[in-house]
Amino acid sequence: MAEEIYGKPGSAGIVQTRYYTFAAPPGELELQCGEKIGPVTLAYETWGTPDRAGKNAILICHALSGSAHAAGYHSPEDKNPGWWDWYIGPGKAFDTDKYFIICSNILGGCTGSTGPASVNPATGRPFGMSFPLITIADMVKAQHALVKHLGIEKLLAVAGGSMGGMQALQWTISYPDEVESCIAIATSASLSAQGIAFNEVGRQAIFNDPNWNAGDYYDSAIPVAGLSLARMIGHITYLSEKHMHEKFGRNFQKSGMQPVSGSSEFMVESYLRHQGIKFVERFDANAYIYITKAIDFFDLNGDYGGSLVNAFENVLANYLVASFTSDWLYPSDNAKEIVRALRVNGKNVNYTDIDTDNGHDSFLLPNDLLEKNISNFLRNEYRQSTQ
Amino acid sequence: MEELRTGYDLVVESVAHGSKILDLGCGDGELLLRLQEEKKVKGFGVEISEEGVSLCMEKGLYCYQADIDEGLSDYKNDSFDVVILSQTIQNTKGPDYVIKEVLRIGRQAIVTFPNFGYYRNRFYLLVRGKMPVSKHLPYQWYESPNIHLMTIHDMRNMADHVGFEIIQEKNFSVRNDSSSIVKTFMPNFFAQYGFFIIKRK
Repeated sequence: MAEEIYGKPGSAGIVQTRYYTFAAPPGELELQCGEKIGPVTLAYETWGTPDRAGKNAILICHALSGSAHAAGYHSPEDKNPGWWDWYIGPGKAFDTDKYFIICSNILGGCTGSTGPASVNPATGRPFGMSFPLITIADMVKAQHALVKHLGIEKLLAVAGGSMGGMQALQWTISYPDEVESCIAIATSASLSAQGIAFNEVGRQAIFNDPNWNAGDYYDSAIPVAGLSLARMIGHITYLSEKHMHEKFGRNFQKSGMQPVSGSSEFMVESYLRHQGIKFVERFDANAYIYITKAIDFFDLNGDYGGSLVNAFENVLANYLVASFTSDWLYPSDNAKEIVRALRVNGKNVNYTDIDTDNGHDSFLLPNDLLEKNISNFLRNEYRQSTQ
Repeated sequence: MEELRTGYDLVVESVAHGSKILDLGCGDGELLLRLQEEKKVKGFGVEISEEGVSLCMEKGLYCYQADIDEGLSDYKNDSFDVVILSQTIQNTKGPDYVIKEVLRIGRQAIVTFPNFGYYRNRFYLLVRGKMPVSKHLPYQWYESPNIHLMTIHDMRNMADHVGFEIIQEKNFSVRNDSSSIVKTFMPNFFAQYGFFIIKRK
């Protein structure tokens, strides 16, 4: 989400995206909506080496706009590291010297995995809006197939922020015996009405772009205006009011501009527009619609008769939950609900509400406390699992 | 945090092997760690500061950040063998509420606190006319986290008011080597700290 990923010494190095294709007919992947899909391809990357006992594997789950490329570089010329490079690498929180780290692009995504932009084998044309509805549990089911394919019986940890945190929580519920621990950051057991509202405005921006053409735009002009507007709205929700003020203030993009002139552009305007345009180059509008829908529909309360306590009744994982004080998209109270449900069930849970002004984006930005907590948590979980 | 470590030895000796423990206001987790190592307890900590939680995690403990004045009601009855309030109760906004909740969720509770009836505290106030500041009450009144100061007598009187049973008292003072010495003779006068093991009636 945040585009500025600060690198720091200890890069995970050059990494190649790989692909795993499975669920070929007649063994299609059954989705929560009742439909089947197959074959399914997942793009994934790995860092580090599996240990002999197979106990050091960690699955990283990405958020709305993420990809399998969580750390390192694709080539020596590559200027931008992966989206969680600050936290994944030798000596970092997810220490690639110690752990075998996996990150895959979600089912329904648009950076290598099967999604709405993929070709429907039945028609020979891109799925577009005929792609089946995907849920967080479906994404997890597909990841599970990949993890099995990689020969891992039990993950040391599943970790993610935002929608990635939703997947991490879902993992512990879907496959309780196969996850030692869960790291869920800046996330929720169900998105707030406010969050759904912002997602819907983003989707409407895409729907209202004539180029969207009911999702059938793969042979023509793409809905640039709609998708970039959706991204701009998203970016507002990822920052806190204070962070935005400190970052941009009321400054103009070009100094010396007349305050009252039609062409005057505030820095914040320029920033959002830039984010929007950059996003369109790498993201598919239909995928944006499908993924935001998956986020909106995720509801662990609803899945278990309105009780989050019931949802976590049979989990076996140990948890690290973290929220950020200035995150208003996934507010701290959402995390506290998760923590509450876990501790009522007597589960092992660590929780910190980290004090920061960086809003929802905090999980992607450097944070010493988060780094330290993840690192200590993993060390302890690894020690316990190998005892 | 040194002044908060007082009485840890007494707490550790009072907890049965393998108990399920909740440590409220666990600070940096030193007591929980000792309980895990020496008594093999299954322990959880609750701590109000993010630094405290982080230090607990460094020790491999499970701890979550919360204000105990707000959140104990979620726990089911008898969730723990022992709930520990080590030098914490005097920091809470509603000690009676916290004690009631602690007795509901734990079969027993261990409560330790600075004894304001300790003779030096009495003389300090009597002679100087100022709120006592000492090694074990190191704060000026305006910066003190101790918002509900009480004596050993007060704690005994609370038993009737809140409705709990005192199983044992191990009121104590701290030696120079920071080990504890239990004071059985006129503890409200001679013990620096109150130490109560209680359960609900």
